[in-house]
Order: sequence, then structure tokens, then C-alpha cells
Amino acid sequence: MKKYTLNILLVIFAIGLLFAAHFRMIDGYIQIVIMTIGINIMMSTSLNLVNGNMGEFTCGHAAFMCIGAYISSVLSVFCFGSNFGDPLLPAASVVIVFPIILLIGGAVAAVSSLLVSIPSFKTRDDYLAIISIAVNYMIISAIQNMDFVGGARGFQGMKNTVWAMVDVFDGPWMLFWVINFTIFTVWVIRRFISSTYGKGVNAICQDEVAAEIMSVNTDKIKIVNFMVAAGLAGCAGGLYAHIIGYVNPQSFNILKSTEALVMVYLGGMGSLSGAVISAIIFTCLLEVLRSQAIIDALLSPVTFMFPEWEPSAGVIKWVMIPLLLIIVMQFRSEGIMGNRELGDVFPKLKKFYRFK
Amino acid sequence: MAQTQIQTEPTPVLEIRSLTQRFGGLTAVNDFNVKLMPGELTGLIGPNGAGKTTIFNLASGFYQPTEGQILVDGRPTAELKPHKVTALGMARTFQNIRLWNDMSVLDNIRVAQHSQLGYGFFHAITRSKRYRAREEQVTKEAEELLDVFDLKRYAEELPKNLPYGTQRKLEIARALSSHPKLLLLDEPAAGLNSADAKDLIRLIRWIHETFDVTIWMIEHHMDVMMELCTQIKVIDFGETIAEGSAEHVRNHPAVMTAYLGDENI
Repeated sequence: MKKYTLNILLVIFAIGLLFAAHFRMIDGYIQIVIMTIGINIMMSTSLNLVNGNMGEFTCGHAAFMCIGAYISSVLSVFCFGSNFGDPLLPAASVVIVFPIILLIGGAVAAVSSLLVSIPSFKTRDDYLAIISIAVNYMIISAIQNMDFVGGARGFQGMKNTVWAMVDVFDGPWMLFWVINFTIFTVWVIRRFISSTYGKGVNAICQDEVAAEIMSVNTDKIKIVNFMVAAGLAGCAGGLYAHIIGYVNPQSFNILKSTEALVMVYLGGMGSLSGAVISAIIFTCLLEVLRSQAIIDALLSPVTFMFPEWEPSAGVIKWVMIPLLLIIVMQFRSEGIMGNRELGDVFPKLKKFYRFK
Repeated sequence: MAQTQIQTEPTPVLEIRSLTQRFGGLTAVNDFNVKLMPGELTGLIGPNGAGKTTIFNLASGFYQPTEGQILVDGRPTAELKPHKVTALGMARTFQNIRLWNDMSVLDNIRVAQHSQLGYGFFHAITRSKRYRAREEQVTKEAEELLDVFDLKRYAEELPKNLPYGTQRKLEIARALSSHPKLLLLDEPAAGLNSADAKDLIRLIRWIHETFDVTIWMIEHHMDVMMELCTQIKVIDFGETIAEGSAEHVRNHPAVMTAYLGDENI
């Protein structure tokens, strides 16, 4: 029983969410927020694999999201859209083909992670961070200069795929896929990291020399780890592209990478449950701070003193969130969970579930 | 004919032929030779900076030698990465303890069997039959090893919370978990008081007898060396200055000079 509690809870939660969305109990806006939370969970947990578990500092995670988004968008438009001529596949096959398209996007992103993982054999820390930023810029610039995917104007037409799914069955399809892929991401990472094979990643983090001499093939583990992280980020990118229905290279710039970094550091390095929790908190916070009324209320003491100052929510949001990060780093530098999982923080929980 | 010759002359576990290592202008090791036969317990001593740890780093594949050849169990290790050298049957400990401090003691032992896991990423994700069988066996072996080392009660502890002497013991246990033929111990008694050092002598002798392993150790505590090692090699400034039994080495004039200085000065 204990073995399945978490699975049962998750399935009930997912079905409940889908029902609520299907019968219009939650509106489109809430659905978008939930889907963003899912994508952010995928981004933060996958980046956590590199920055937390392996202890490397990379800050170009959005590059892999970008590759996943573009590859799956182009494939999806080829298969079901009309930008490149007639659709290749019958619209009814979309339900099976769509997840495959997302996985292909992830696979290409995983291969592209070699751009960072091969230099990581020899470089560490700050130098690897610089390489990862360079890769992020490289990929964005490359796509900006590819005219057949729209270049800097961006690329669209993915909504056709979503509509094709709605034609098969009128339901909240994107929510369905986001929930599935989020669970898939957390599941893959958990299984990878809890196996002795995956613990090689932690060994590299804690003492790379000892890991190499104690028979861990560090180069191979680094490649595998980067590939898993980038591949899952690629899947997240594909989902993102299909939710918005439009991708632009600039939406995957360093700011997006920084968002993922903030989530990892907020949650606690190397803590999977921390990454999930912080992704939820972070996304909700972003949404709450988007409201002008809340910003006005929060800043009312300041605006009372300086009546001529009219803060706008869009700007203040990006003051508040870095400020939050500063406060967290100052008073709880290990993050919310601090290298521990939920079961370690609340040992009583362990009696009720097993997460493998 | 050829076969009988192989039987009468077993392959050395480690053979180093005219090994030279230069770091820029400094010759850290110069024309070093050694041959370790199965079951031997050999010592390597020398004053500070003599090049002992460099030899260990070369033997474990951490540095690539400038000149010379290293054979582990008859196979050359040139151009091999350290984890491949370990897979050939060599394990080592470090002068300053290098355990994985944020992993449990049990995990420290398990991860050291990484090259023998025999399953990859997809087995780990799908929790395949092979994964479960191998994982079970690795855990069982690790627990047995902890049991014989009397460390079982620490299995879920983090190594950084253990006493210093226990950490040393754990590091040796970790090195043994990959079933090595050759164990390199780099100053195992460093930082131990004389009571702990006595325990360590017993431990090393016991390991040598129980695990059927060839041991090569660096040590500064002369009493430890004299008691344990059948053969001792003394080096200074990267060159071998004396070798032989403990008694022979102790009274060797070159060794006296290296350690105590020349009486003419």
C-alpha cells in the first residue's frame, strides 16, 4: 500500500484537475498558470540535476528549452500545420504523434547538450558558467538567423496541432500533456538519481578526483547527466511552444535561464522536492505580482510619501523577485529545502509514502 | 614449455619500469623501478617531497608519466583514464581523506563499485530485472564489507560526522569494495595517535590476510613500516637510494643521510 500512495494521489490529483478543466470549473487563466507551473517544475528539476546534484554551475539552460521548442514546433507544423504546404500526417493521428514530437525535440536538445558537456571534462565552475552562457547566445543567434523558421520574427502555426487534438476529443489537451510530462520528468530524475549509477553524479559533485579514481567514469556520467537535463528541458520547451502557439528566440534568452537558476537556488541545491516546491512558489509569485492592485497595496507606504511616483507592476515585479532571492541567500543560503528531500524534513511523511 | 614458464613465474601485480616524471624543470621521479608480486606487502618511504605520492598518482593513472612504463597485472596503463586503471584491479586511498562527505557511508561503498555495475541509464530508469539484481547484490556486498570492518552501525551516517580514525578505516573499506588485486595506501597512519596506529597495523595485516590483496604503502611512522612490510624501498629526490628488508634499510648509510643529514656538515 505504502508503495502506491503517492502514485494514487498523483493520479487522483491529475484526473481531478483535468475534470475541473474540462467542465469549465477552472477558467483558462488558471489553466495557463497551472501549465506554467508544470513547465517551470520541468525546468527547475532538470537544471537542479546539473547545478545541484553535479555541482557544476551552468546558466544557459534556456538554450536547450529553445532547441526543444523549435524542433518540436517545426516537426508539428510539418506534420499537422499548413506553413510548409499540406500536412504530412492525417489529423487523427495527432494524439499519438504529439508526444513523440515532444520527445524528438527533447532528444535533439539532449544531443546539443554536448556543446556544454564536452568542455565540462576540463573546465569547472566560473569557466563552465561562461561556456554555458556562450552556448545560450550561440543557439539563440543561430535560430535568429534561420529564415525558414521565421528568424527574429518568431515562428507560429503550432496551434493547428492543438486544434487537431481538440477535433479528436474536445478536452483540455495541453493540460493533459503538461501534467504527464511533468510527472514523467520528476519520475525520470528521481529514478536516475536514486540508483547507484546516478549517485556517481553526486560523487563527482563532492570529490571529482576521488570519483574518477574510485572507478566512476566521470566523463561519461557528465555526458549522461547533461543529456538528461537538456532533454527534459527540451520537452518543456516543446510544451511551452504549443501552449503559447508562438515561439521567438528572444523568449529563451539569459533572462529565462536566470528564472530557472532562481528556482533551483530558491528550492535548495540538489533537492528534487525543493525544486518542485520552489517552481510552484516562484510561478505563483510571478502571477500575483503581475497584478497592479497588489503592487499598489504593497508599495502604498512608499507611494504615500512620494505621491508623484506611479510604480508599474511589470517593472516592480523584477525588483521584488531579485530582492526575494537576496533575502533568501542572506538568511537561508541553502534554499527552502537545503539539500534535503521532503521525507528528510518531515520524517513522519516517510511512513505514508515511498517515492522510487 | 611456455605454459610451465608462466606458472613458475607469476605476473607481477604491479610493475613499474624506469619511470620518470618531470613537472617543468623539476624531476619529481627519476628512473624508478618496482615489481610487486602477488601477496607482497611493500613499503615506500622517503623524506618530505621525495616523490612518493607522485609515484602513487602515476600508478593510479592520475598523471601520465613523462617516460617509462607501468603495468598493472601485466597490462600497460599508458593513456588509460584513472577509472580504467581502477577497473584493472587497483584501488587506492589518499593522504588527506577524500570520502564523499554528503553521501551515506553505505553509498560511499556502493558508488565505489561503479565500474562493475553492469547496467546503464535506461536500466536505472525502467528499474529492469538486471538493475534490481545488480543493485541488490551491490548493496549486499557493501553491507557485508561494512560488517567485516565493524562499520555497520554507521551505514546511514554521513562520513563527515565520523571520528577521524573511522574515516580512515572507511576509506580503506571503500577502496576494497571494488575487489582490487592491488591496494595503494597513501600514509594511512597520518594524523593518528599511537594507539590508533597500533589498531591500524592490526587492520592492515588483517586485510592483507583476509582479502588476498597485494599492498603497497607509503608511511612516515617507521614503527608501522618496520612491523608490517617485508620489503621497503627508500627514495629521495625522486631516486631510489635503498631497498631491502626493514632491518637492512634502517641501518643503510644513505637512508641515515637522507633523513638525518650528512654528519660532515
